[in-house]
Amino acid sequence: MKSPQEGGHFLVVDDNKVNRMLLAHSLEQLGHTIDTAENGQEALDKLRATEYDLMLLDIEMPVMNGYQTLEACRKDITLREVPVIMTSSLDEIDSVVKCIEMGAEDYLTKPLNATLLRARVTASLEKKRLRDQQRKLFRTFVTAEVAEELLTKGLSLGGKHVEASVMFTDIRSFTAISETHDPSVIIELLNDYFPLMFEAIVSHGGTVNHIEGDGIMAAFGTPVFRENHREQAVRAAVQMLDRLQDFNQRQAELNRVQIKVGIGIASGRMIAGYTGTEHRATFTCVGDTVNIAARIEQHTKEAGRPILIDRNTRNGLPADILVDALGPFTFKGKQQPIEVYAVQTSK
Amino acid sequence: MHETTIDLKSFENLKALAGSDFISELIDTFLADTPAIIQQMHSSLAAQDVDTFRRAAHSLKSNAASFGAGALTTLLQELEQLARENKLSEIRNQLQDVEEAYGEAARALKEMRT
Repeated sequence: MKSPQEGGHFLVVDDNKVNRMLLAHSLEQLGHTIDTAENGQEALDKLRATEYDLMLLDIEMPVMNGYQTLEACRKDITLREVPVIMTSSLDEIDSVVKCIEMGAEDYLTKPLNATLLRARVTASLEKKRLRDQQRKLFRTFVTAEVAEELLTKGLSLGGKHVEASVMFTDIRSFTAISETHDPSVIIELLNDYFPLMFEAIVSHGGTVNHIEGDGIMAAFGTPVFRENHREQAVRAAVQMLDRLQDFNQRQAELNRVQIKVGIGIASGRMIAGYTGTEHRATFTCVGDTVNIAARIEQHTKEAGRPILIDRNTRNGLPADILVDALGPFTFKGKQQPIEVYAVQTSK
Repeated sequence: MHETTIDLKSFENLKALAGSDFISELIDTFLADTPAIIQQMHSSLAAQDVDTFRRAAHSLKSNAASFGAGALTTLLQELEQLARENKLSEIRNQLQDVEEAYGEAARALKEMRT
């Protein structure tokens, strides 16, 4: 992330030449690069042609005023993310409120004050850079849909009951592999392996909640509900195995270690939410369904089948996904036996 | 003379924002551009284009306030309000005052430019 001290690229929009010059010059003195526009239409043209970190927008302008410009930006998915600071006179404060409601980030009243200008611009720029960084990070772990939800609705540390599917994935005999190989080989292996698995999960609408050692926990159907979360989870699992086969082929060609995985999926009611602190939080799911998924995953080794699912997951699958009933199993810590099914794979 | 025409606190604020070197350039731009804005106020009033008039008054008011030209700012504020209320005849009566207040502010600012 760029440091807050590093200058940004701003667009100053004002029909009044003195205001434009003053604002542009003051911001340039603070180390920023400035382009200017005389009305909203010109601003939109520039916003579409160049990437800006911030727009300072006057309200009262000919051709296209500040509201119309703001509205056009909010409707345009490529311009929506550009933060906007309204610049207005003190008697336009009602208009400013309307602009903030429409999504403007902040406002400055004219005549401008040097200290306030610096503070608000720096704060907006910092927030923008943090959002850019978060967006980049989120997109590694979750679908763009979930990333947007997190970015727009924010991260509230609180849970809710959801209907979803949970998937656990582990590399078989990973402890033995890590003990017999150089640490750098292991890290390289994981760094090649994880992106392949994440891609399969995220492309099926899943969210990677945790990675712990070689293990991955992912959720489907939450935080954004999807009716077909069970099918999506299983299809993701099948794709993960496909990817793994390609991965192992490449590993073999390079004379490197090959791996096997076990995947366990359970579906049902669970509590989903963000846990942690505001500085370090993670999306997680807890509850009996989650425990069952973890137990089922551990059972893959014994069962000799790479993808195992519970009955609830099986009941949500379309006819083209074939499963074999392995029977009820009583897992450690569970009173009731669990019906386990193995998903048929071409391998 | 300029102490009464130009509010020094506002002017200092502007200096802090623009930097002392830039303030002269800003004054020059203001002095160069304002006659056209006043002209626009006249012509829009003659054409009964109250919206253009209001925007011109608003724009000039913004600059007058930045430079600390208090009397001019107050007059333009009134005109902007009258334009919102569509009171064209009252505006006509006050436009002369605006020109006089601008003349005074312009003289004071010329003296203050370094």
